[in-house]
Amino acid sequence: MIRFDHATKRYPGGLTALSDVSFDVAPGEMVLVGGHSGAGKSTLLKLIAAIERPTGGAVLVNGQNVGALKRAAIPYLRRNLGVVFQDQKLLFDRNAFENVMLPLAIAGFPPREAAKRARAALDKVGLLEREKAMPVALSGGEQQRLSIARAVVNRPNLLLADEPTAHLDPDTARDVAEIFLDFHRVGVTVFIATYDDAYFAPAAPRKLTLDHGRLLA
Amino acid sequence: MNIWFSHQSAAFSLALRRLLVAPVNTLLSLLAMGIALALPAGGQMLFANAQQLANRSAPAARISLYLAVDADRKAATDLESKFKNNPAIKSWQFMAREETLARMKKSEGLGDVIDALPKNPFPDAYTLVPRDEGPDATEKLAAELRKLPKVDHVQLDSAWVRRLDALLRLGRTSLLLLATLLGVGLIAITFNTIRLQVLTQRAEIEVSRLLGATDAFIRRPFYWFGALQGLGGGLVAWCIVRLATLGLAGPIGELGQLYSLGFTLEPLSAVGSGVLLLAAVGLGWAGAALSLRQYLKDI
Repeated sequence: MIRFDHATKRYPGGLTALSDVSFDVAPGEMVLVGGHSGAGKSTLLKLIAAIERPTGGAVLVNGQNVGALKRAAIPYLRRNLGVVFQDQKLLFDRNAFENVMLPLAIAGFPPREAAKRARAALDKVGLLEREKAMPVALSGGEQQRLSIARAVVNRPNLLLADEPTAHLDPDTARDVAEIFLDFHRVGVTVFIATYDDAYFAPAAPRKLTLDHGRLLA
Repeated sequence: MNIWFSHQSAAFSLALRRLLVAPVNTLLSLLAMGIALALPAGGQMLFANAQQLANRSAPAARISLYLAVDADRKAATDLESKFKNNPAIKSWQFMAREETLARMKKSEGLGDVIDALPKNPFPDAYTLVPRDEGPDATEKLAAELRKLPKVDHVQLDSAWVRRLDALLRLGRTSLLLLATLLGVGLIAITFNTIRLQVLTQRAEIEVSRLLGATDAFIRRPFYWFGALQGLGGGLVAWCIVRLATLGLAGPIGELGQLYSLGFTLEPLSAVGSGVLLLAAVGLGWAGAALSLRQYLKDI
C-alpha cells in the first residue's frame, strides 16, 4: 500500500525533515507514527499525499512513485486518499454538508448520488443532524469529525490523519479514535501520526517512531 | 459530456454566488465596466447615425449662387443666358427673392424677425447642377461663376458633405482608439477583481487542491466570474446607451426637423448590442485568464 524506500526530505535552507526512511504498510493495516514535535511526522504524511516530494529515495503509494508523478497526475492520486489534516482545513464559509460535498464535486459525482454519499459520511461520524451548521458553530470535536467525514466520503482505501486527537478532551478523543477503528475494521488502511497511542490500542496497531527525521528500529 | 456539464454548471453557480455575496463590490465593478464600455458603444451608436445621415444626404454637387441684393430681374435673365452657353452647367433653378421671403416667414421664430425688417433682405438665387460633379470641376465652375456681374456669393453645397465625410473618418479612428484603450482598461478591472477573488478564496483553492482538484476545476469558477462580470458590465453599458438614446432622441429629432432632415436617432442595433455583450464577456474572460496565470501558480 505504502512503501518508503530510503526516502529523504531536505527543505531548501538545509533543514532535513526526514533522513533515509524505509518502511512498508500492508493493505488493511493500521500504523501509528509517533515521535517528538518536529520529528518529521507531518512531513511523512505530506510525502504520501504528494504535498511534498522526497529529495532522495522513493515513496510509493498504491504502486505509484509519488515523487516522480507529473503535476497533472497528482489530483488523481489524492482522490484515492482520505486525509485528515492537523488544522482540519475546513471551509468556514460553507456548512457541514457542503464541506463534505467538496471532494465529490471535485471528483465529478452526479449531485444526487453525491448528496446521498455525503449524508452517509456525516451519519457515520454522527453529524447528520448538524449538516446545515457552519463549522464555526461546531465544537472542536465536531469539527474534527466533520473533517473525517470529508476525508472518507470518497471511500478511499487509504486514510491518513495528522494528530486527529490532539486538543480534544479524553472523551471526545476516544469518540474520534473510535471512528478510525471502525474504518480499520472494514479493511481501510489507516495511517495516523499521533502521540495518543492508547486510544487506538484496540486495533493493536504497528508503531513507527521518528527521532529527528530518522526512523527508530 | 455529462460530467463536463455538471462541472460547468457547478462552477457557474459558484461564480454567481461569489458575485452576489459582495453586492456592493460587484455593483461598483459593474458600474466601472459599464461606463468604460458605454463610451465606445455610445460613440459607435452616434457614429452609425452620423454615417447614415451622411449617406442619405447624397454628396450630389450643387452650387448655390446668390445675386447682389440690389440686382434687378434683368441681371437675372442676363445670367440665365450665360448659363445656357456654359457647357459645364447641366441645369439650374431660379429662386425669386419674394418666394424665399415667403418661405422663411413660415419658418419657426423667423416670421417676427423678418416682419420687423424694413425690406426683403433675401437676394434672388440660383441652384445649379454641374455636368461634372467631381470636386475639381465644381470648384472651377464656382470660381467662374463668382466672376459674373451682380453675383454676390457662390457656395458649393457639397462641401459640407465632404467635410462630414472627413469628420466621420476621423471619428471612426478615434472611436477605435477609444475602444481599444477602454478594452484594455476593462481587462485590467477584471484582472484586479479576479486577483482579489483568488486571494479571498485562497483557503478554498488550497483545500480543493489537497482534495484532488485539477487546475481546470479550480480555474473554472474564476473564468465564469470574469465572464459573468463582463456580461453584467456589458448590460450596464447597454442600459446607459439606451437611456442616453432615449434622452437624446427628442432634442435630436427636433433639430433634424428644423434642418428638415427628417432624421431620427436610431438606438444601438441588434448586431451592435450583440457585439457589445460578446466583447464584454470576452474581455472579462481574458482578464480572468491573465489574472489566473499570474496569481494561481503560487497557491
